[in-house]
Amino acid sequence: MAKLPAAVVGIGQTKHDTKRDDVSIAGLVREAAVRALEDAQMTWSDIDAVVLGKAPDMFEGVMMPELYLAEALGAVGKPMLRVHTAGSVGGSTAVVAAHLVQAGIHERVLTVAFEKQSESNAMWALAPKIPFQPTLVAGAGGYFAPHIREYIRRAHAPDHIGRKVAVKDRISALKNPYAHLHMPDISMETVEQSPILWDPIRFLECCPSSDGACAMVLTSERVAKSASKSPAWIKGTAIRSEPLGLAGRDEVNPRAGRDCAKDVYEQAGITDPRKDIDVVEMYVPFSWYEPMWLENLFFTDEGTGWKMTDDDSTALGGSLPVNPSGGVLSSNPIGASGMLRFAEAAMQVRGTAGEHQIDGARTALGHAYGGGSQFFAMWVVSSEAP
Amino acid sequence: MRDVAVVSFAQAPSRRRVPEANEVEILMPVVAEAVEKSGVPREKIGFTCSGSCDYLAGQPFAFVWGLEAIAAWPPIRESHVEMDGAWALYEAWVLLQEGEIDAALVYGFGKSSPGSIRDVMAMQLDPYYYAPMWPDAVSLAALQARAMLDGTDHTEREMAEVAARSRRDAKANPHAQVTGDFDVDMILAEDYLVSPLRKSDCAPISDGAAVVVLAADDLARSVSSRPAWIRGIDHRIEPHSLGARDLTTSESTAVAAERAGALDDKLDVVELLAPFTHQELILRDALNLKNGSAINPSGGALAANPVMAAGLIRIGEAAARITDGSADRALAHATSGPCLQQNLVCVLEGE
Repeated sequence: MAKLPAAVVGIGQTKHDTKRDDVSIAGLVREAAVRALEDAQMTWSDIDAVVLGKAPDMFEGVMMPELYLAEALGAVGKPMLRVHTAGSVGGSTAVVAAHLVQAGIHERVLTVAFEKQSESNAMWALAPKIPFQPTLVAGAGGYFAPHIREYIRRAHAPDHIGRKVAVKDRISALKNPYAHLHMPDISMETVEQSPILWDPIRFLECCPSSDGACAMVLTSERVAKSASKSPAWIKGTAIRSEPLGLAGRDEVNPRAGRDCAKDVYEQAGITDPRKDIDVVEMYVPFSWYEPMWLENLFFTDEGTGWKMTDDDSTALGGSLPVNPSGGVLSSNPIGASGMLRFAEAAMQVRGTAGEHQIDGARTALGHAYGGGSQFFAMWVVSSEAP
Repeated sequence: MRDVAVVSFAQAPSRRRVPEANEVEILMPVVAEAVEKSGVPREKIGFTCSGSCDYLAGQPFAFVWGLEAIAAWPPIRESHVEMDGAWALYEAWVLLQEGEIDAALVYGFGKSSPGSIRDVMAMQLDPYYYAPMWPDAVSLAALQARAMLDGTDHTEREMAEVAARSRRDAKANPHAQVTGDFDVDMILAEDYLVSPLRKSDCAPISDGAAVVVLAADDLARSVSSRPAWIRGIDHRIEPHSLGARDLTTSESTAVAAERAGALDDKLDVVELLAPFTHQELILRDALNLKNGSAINPSGGALAANPVMAAGLIRIGEAAARITDGSADRALAHATSGPCLQQNLVCVLEGE
C-alpha cells in the first residue's frame, strides 16, 4: 500500500458573525457544506463519508453534536467521524478527512468544522478547572499572555509589533466578505487606545468570538482531475502533540510546532520555507502570535520574527503574505478557525480567493494550533498536480 | 487492504466509581500494560488516537489530560475523536493502510461516576426539539424496547435471558463489574425501572479505560504468535430523529457488517455493545446471526459499561479470543447515540 494523492475541489464557508441567530446549529453547518458542494459541483449523494470537527461541546451545550447533525450534513447511511483536538481541530479534522482519501478508503469526503459561540460564553468555557489548582485563568488570553511577555523579553521586540499585526489583519479582512470584523477605521492609535485585557494584550489585539462554519470536499486524484475548477493538491499533512504539564517544555517556541513543520515541509519537498512558500494562513488568535509562529515555522531565525512583521514582509504585498483572509483576528468560530486557515490556503493556490488573492500563489501553508500551544496541525497545498 | 492486527489489549477493571483516581491515573497503568504486553517498542508506535467525552468529566478539553498518561515526549503524532475508542481504532487503522507507519496505540476512557450519566446523555440529543424535554437515556431505550416488543416476536423473557447469560459469562471476566448467577424468573419478577426495562435489562454505570495496540504485516507477526487480523471494518450512521427510523431494527449495523465482510463465513465469537438487553436482540437480528456463535462471552456491556471505552473493549475482547486460540473468526461491534443511532463493525481473524 502507498499513500495516494488527494486534492481539495470544493470550499465553502459561512458569513461569520457575533451571533448568527438567523440559523440553527444545523443551519450554520449546512450553509458552509452546501457552498462547498456547489463549488465542487457535487450533490449530497456524491459524498462517501463525512468528517466533522469542533472544539469543546460545552460551547454550544450539545454533547457529541455529530449525532444530531447527521441529517443536516447528509451523512445518513454513510460513515461519520467527529474529531476534537482543541483549537487545532479544524486543521486536524481536514487531516483525518485527507487520510480517508490518501489511504484509498473513500474517493469523495466532505469535511466540516464549526462553532456557534453565541450559544454560550466562550471565555468562561475556556477557563476550565485544572485539578488541584485554583482557577486563575480567565479565557485563552489569560493563558497565553505570559507566553507573549516571555517572547517580547527574549526577542527584545518593540511593543508596536502587536498593534501592527492587529491593524494589518483587519485591513486584509476588508477584502474578505465572509470575515466577521470589518473595521475600516482601525489604526495603530485605536489599537493602542483599546483597553488592556491581559497584559500586554489589548482588546483590539484579540480575536473576536464568532459563529461560523467551514467545509471542504476532498477527493482522489481521479475525481480531482475531472473537476471543472482547478484543485488544490495536498502535498503534505502533519499533526503533533505534546503534554500540557511537561515541566520545562518551551511554550513560546514549542517543539511540537517545530517538529510538525519539519514533517510537513519534508513531505512537500520544501527545503527553504521562506522561498518555497508563497502565502501562509496561520492561527493567530492574539496579534503577537504572528512573529512567534514565523519563528516556530522556520520562516526566520529565532528572535527575528517581529522584524518580518515590522518591515511589512507579511503584509498583503510583502514577500511572504500572512493571513490575507484577515485571519483568526478577524473571524474566530474556534472549531472552524483551523479549517478556515487550511481552506484559505487552498483557495489561494486555486486562485479563488477573490479580492484577497495573492497573485501567482502556487504553494501555501495552512496552520492551526490548540490547547496550551501543544496541539499542531498543518498542511501544504499546491496548484501543481502530482 | 494492508494486514493490520490487534496485537495487545488491556483494560482497567470496571467499577461503579473510582473516586481515588482521575482519568489519567486510571489510564496510565493500562497504557503501560498494553504497550509492554504488545512487545512493540515505543519508538515503533507511529500514531496515537483516543476516544473520550468532555461531558463525562464535566469540563472542556478533558482529553488533553489523557495525553499526560502516554509519555508524549518528544512530541507525538496524535489525534482524538469525541467518540468511543472503537472509532479511534478506525482512524488508526486508516492511517496504517497508507503504509508509512507500522504500529499505533489506541485508547478510550471515561468516568461516568461524577455526574448522573442517565441525564447527561440527554445533552446528546437535538438541542431544539429533544433535549429541552430531558428524555433520559433509560427512557429512550425503553421506548425502543417497547417498539421491539410490540413490533416483533421478541419477548421480555428473551431479554431476561440475555441479562442472565451475560452476568453468568462475566463470572470468568476479572474486569467485569456485575457478575453472578441470576435466575430468569427472578429477573422477570423485578419491578420495572422504566417499562418495559427492569434494572437487570440495563448496563451498570462504570468508570474505566481500555487500550489496544495495532501492528501491521511483519511487525505484527514478529511480536505475536497469533495476531488478531482486522479483515474488515466499517461504520455507518442513521438519522438522529427517532421518528425517522425503525427502532426495531439496526440498518446501519447490517450495512456496516456487510461492508466489513462479516457474514461471509462462520463467526465463532460475537462481541456486541448492547447496553440494554433488547438491543442485543435487535443487533442479533440485524446481523442475522446463526446458532453456533458465542455472544458476548466477556459478559458485554451488561457486565461492565465504561462509556467511551466499552466499544473498544468489544474489539479487544474479540481479539483476545482469536489470540488465545479459542476462536478463528470474530465480530466486534460498537455503538453511539440514542437507540443505536451509529454503529461500527470489525471482523477479526486468526491465521
